[in-house]
Amino acid sequence: MTSAGNKSRALPWALVTPALAWTLLFFVLPFIAMGLSSLTAHEGGAFTLANYSQFFTDPSYWRAMVNSLEVTAIVTVISILLAYPFAWILAEMVPERWQRLALMLAVLPFWTSYVVRSYSWLLVLAQNGVINRALTGIGLIGEPLQLANTRFATVTGFVHFFVMLLTLTIFANLKQLSPSYRKAAADLGAGPVRTFLHVVLPLTLPGIMVGAFLTFVLCIGDYITPQILGGNNELVMPQLVMMQIGRRGDFPLASALSIILMAVVTIAYLACARWLKIERA
Amino acid sequence: MRAAVRLAAWVYAIAIYGFIFLPVVVLVLFSLQATSFPIPPFTGPSLRWYQAVLSDARLTSALANSLLVAVLSSLASVTLGFLSAWGFARFVLPGSAILRGLITLPLTVSYLIIGMGLLVLFNWAGVPKSLLAAGIGHVVINLPLCFAIIYSQMGDHQINIERAARDLGAAEWKVLLMITVPVMAPAIFAGFFLSMTFSWDEFVISFLLTRFETTLPVEIWNLLRSGLNPKTNAVGSLVFAVSIFMVVFFELTLLRRKPA
Repeated sequence: MTSAGNKSRALPWALVTPALAWTLLFFVLPFIAMGLSSLTAHEGGAFTLANYSQFFTDPSYWRAMVNSLEVTAIVTVISILLAYPFAWILAEMVPERWQRLALMLAVLPFWTSYVVRSYSWLLVLAQNGVINRALTGIGLIGEPLQLANTRFATVTGFVHFFVMLLTLTIFANLKQLSPSYRKAAADLGAGPVRTFLHVVLPLTLPGIMVGAFLTFVLCIGDYITPQILGGNNELVMPQLVMMQIGRRGDFPLASALSIILMAVVTIAYLACARWLKIERA
Repeated sequence: MRAAVRLAAWVYAIAIYGFIFLPVVVLVLFSLQATSFPIPPFTGPSLRWYQAVLSDARLTSALANSLLVAVLSSLASVTLGFLSAWGFARFVLPGSAILRGLITLPLTVSYLIIGMGLLVLFNWAGVPKSLLAAGIGHVVINLPLCFAIIYSQMGDHQINIERAARDLGAAEWKVLLMITVPVMAPAIFAGFFLSMTFSWDEFVISFLLTRFETTLPVEIWNLLRSGLNPKTNAVGSLVFAVSIFMVVFFELTLLRRKPA
């Protein structure tokens, strides 16, 4: 019997209470406040469901949710398709002693500030930016293309971020695979293509699902990239939320839209929960 | 055939590296622009925009604010995270799984929603917008992270070392300070470092919860209103340099240490 066990039951609670209190006070309570706020009218504060019904009846609000889901889906698919072969090359073709450096380089821009990274893409995609100058310079196009302030720009900025993130997760996944699986497949007569399709890919699929879900959650909740790169031509949900606060100070509507956004993420989570079982080591 | 596949793979890898580095190279290159627009042709090199950043009191005070918020909120996160991880790992508490779930719950919610909730709450409670309010938000996002990292590293052999210390008559606070903290130092440091980088780069919560005195990402955001501007390139490059410094420092001090 340890002496600590007898001394008092107060010590363990003293250890965990500060963190629990912080979470209750600054996470749970704000969430309740937001829920209550979403049920009140902007003017007068009377109980109402109008903030929610507004979302379902106003096509422009509905449109923002559709945009969010479309952008997120496109970004998730493109990022995985780009990152998987890249991670594979890093894990399989780069000599072992250079792998750490190759991976560090591949995620280096990860460490630039998020706001600055989106701004950097603006420099690249602007009307007279690097890409348009290069394309007109070699005579491929006559007039500069409209690249910034479009969905294309938003997707590019997002894909840039998530290719780095997914390369990290998929690389880790590939390295965890025991080489004996591949040797066994080869011994049984499978070529490299069949080994990949029937052994490597299925074994890394759970990791890809976790990465895809992470991409989905971070992408659909982000305000910075669509605001800087997409502009106001085509709003996504976080922009709509910020707009209610910024322009009109309409906290109740902003709260309702936030809760709807969170509900969509929760539904997505429940839908793929059975693929997201992260096994404990 | 084999050679062709290998070649294609290398070309692909180089293309992805190019894509990943393109915006950063453009950012840093045009921060050295001599003229007023960060677009081709390149007219530098010149350090005039770095000078402009360093003599801009709003930016330098925002940078100091960012560091202050990052250090203090990370200290709070790692302290609360460590104490709770120790409590849950060492003692059997009723409802432990649910309570641990509660502490890590904020990890699943986007920063925008955490910031919105605090904004609504503080607005009702009459708490003014301030750096302190933003710092509170940063602890909300970083505490679960610190808790998860430290809790996952509390193994059985450490319990035994602590037991040995207690059996030899060490008081509880002595066990904590002289055994647990040193043994858990890598996890504690990792939690602190990650919190620092997340707080340093956090935008939405600071944007919603600060007003006059603000953090660097928010001040950079304000700069963006003036369109493309080499000054933004310069401050962005400086922030990048600071982050790289932190990463390299972390890599050299912590990750290189061989496990005992």
